[in-house]
Amino acid sequence: MRQAISPTQTTATISPPAASDGGAAGRPRRRPRSVAWYVLATLLALLFLLPLVLLLLTVFKTPDQAAATPPSYLPHHLSIGSFRSLFGSGVNLGPYVLNSLTVALGTVAGTLVLAVLGGYGFAIYRFRGRGVLFVALLAIFMVPFQSILTPLYVVLKDVHLQNSLLGLVLVYTTYQLPFGVFLMRSSFASIPRGISEAAEVDGAGTLSRLWRIHLRLAIPGVITVAIFAFIAAWNDFIAALILLSDQSKFTLPVELLTLETGQFGVINWGVLEAGVFISMVPCVLIFVFLQRYYLGGILSGAIK
Amino acid sequence: MSIHLPALHQGRMPRRLRTQARSLTGIMLVAPATILAIALFFVPLVLMVWMSLNNWPILGAHRFAGTTNYRTAFHDPQFRHSVLFSLEFTVIVAVGLLVIGGVLAAVVAVRRRGVGVFRTAYFLPVVIGMASASYLWLWMLNPSVGLLNKMFLDLHIGRTPIQWLGSTGLAVTAVSVMTLWKLAGFSMLILMSGIQSVPADILDASMIDGASPLRQWLRIKIPLMRTHIALVLVFGVAGGFLAFDQFYIMTHGSPGTSTLTSVFDIYNTSFVNFNLGYGAALSVIVMVVLLIFSVIQLLIVRGSSEY
Repeated sequence: MRQAISPTQTTATISPPAASDGGAAGRPRRRPRSVAWYVLATLLALLFLLPLVLLLLTVFKTPDQAAATPPSYLPHHLSIGSFRSLFGSGVNLGPYVLNSLTVALGTVAGTLVLAVLGGYGFAIYRFRGRGVLFVALLAIFMVPFQSILTPLYVVLKDVHLQNSLLGLVLVYTTYQLPFGVFLMRSSFASIPRGISEAAEVDGAGTLSRLWRIHLRLAIPGVITVAIFAFIAAWNDFIAALILLSDQSKFTLPVELLTLETGQFGVINWGVLEAGVFISMVPCVLIFVFLQRYYLGGILSGAIK
Repeated sequence: MSIHLPALHQGRMPRRLRTQARSLTGIMLVAPATILAIALFFVPLVLMVWMSLNNWPILGAHRFAGTTNYRTAFHDPQFRHSVLFSLEFTVIVAVGLLVIGGVLAAVVAVRRRGVGVFRTAYFLPVVIGMASASYLWLWMLNPSVGLLNKMFLDLHIGRTPIQWLGSTGLAVTAVSVMTLWKLAGFSMLILMSGIQSVPADILDASMIDGASPLRQWLRIKIPLMRTHIALVLVFGVAGGFLAFDQFYIMTHGSPGTSTLTSVFDIYNTSFVNFNLGYGAALSVIVMVVLLIFSVIQLLIVRGSSEY
């Protein structure tokens, strides 16, 4: 934690156009090199976007065309048939989308409450064991949860939270804590002390001061923590696969497995890819609209 | 800052009592996060070590077994194979992320009109889930309906559709390309911030001295970016060594068990064969391997900050 960067500062350094300290940038270049740069950058962009473009073309084909061999690039005519059969009588993805949403929003709520309270405590108050406790929370970072799932399963089973969406929310929340508490602590710590002390003189209580003053000044951090919690919970596969056993509780990525296996051994590719498309939409939207917070969060979380 | 304001308030309460009240408030604030961390991180961590010393079936009583699980693990050909396979995949991912991320970073670390659009394009695969990406590539690579195979045929690469997931070599290639596609944007972001942190005046000075762009990269930029490079390697090690989703979805460990990763092996041991004690022992070993990686990384970062 050598440079604790507050989210507002970091977002400033990466949001395009590149920051003032653009290093190699800024020196005048001749025209041909500029054209070469655009050609190279465009080719790379096509390469990276190709899988997503192919997906987009396929989900709007009719299910028959999507399953045809050999495949064709463009839809013969635009169809939402694949999406319609996703929510039809045979496969109904609706409940699983709802499960995923419940888990993701639950994780956002849990992470925000714990990270805001914890970050506030660590930033503003002094108490015995504060340093040790903070480092202990950050230690969760060091142990990836893929490697701890066996005992986690046993613990959750003992308290009857295995095979439960609430249990999954608690697991995701725990593993969002180091990033969340760390980021909220630096957000609160960057607020001038005088503001808080003035409020204390006003006689405002701890929580009302947190709610009325500090939280409002730390909104960028709150958004960043919320985005990370949502994306992690929405995208997770392995914990949901292991901890949920009733199909009715499956989250979207796990339920897509049953589409991959296919009914009667026949995979309905158009339907599977439409499901994949749905699973990508929230993350892409969040990223495109809240990019600043997301990228700033990565940089402040990574470079510490 | 404001010296006289808090004094007003302190007048109401003895200083010692006030400090105690404040420290109690602090403890109350961090308590919820701490309790959850204890319940779902520290307890499982300790339990994992205890389980690894036991014969622990999913139902029924567990029996203390000493170091039996560890001794079995060291002579378990499947586990040895899966750890070696994970290490191989780790090297591919870590080196690939460094090279591809480095190229992307060099492209987008400039100030040009529209550079933000390119950054977004390269970074977009990072935000979608590894599982979703795996299902997407599974379809693209499918020999009969996949569009990637059709593109290869149309470009006259091969005469028949390629069975990408049919042989070990091709399967590893395909999953590696998918993983690098999905993660490269992340290393781009880290390395880009590294390039931008190189002071412009150093570069200007070296340019006046007649240093070529290649020399600037080798002698100035890359040495100054050591922390960022180490970070990308750590990220690559975590992403490679703990890989599970893409192999579970795309190859199921096949052909045979040749693409079974270490996390996949732990999953099979604990949740397919329900041998939780042995699964815990394998988890401890995997965790120790990762810790060794972390220590090496810490030494590199330490070294670079003294630089």
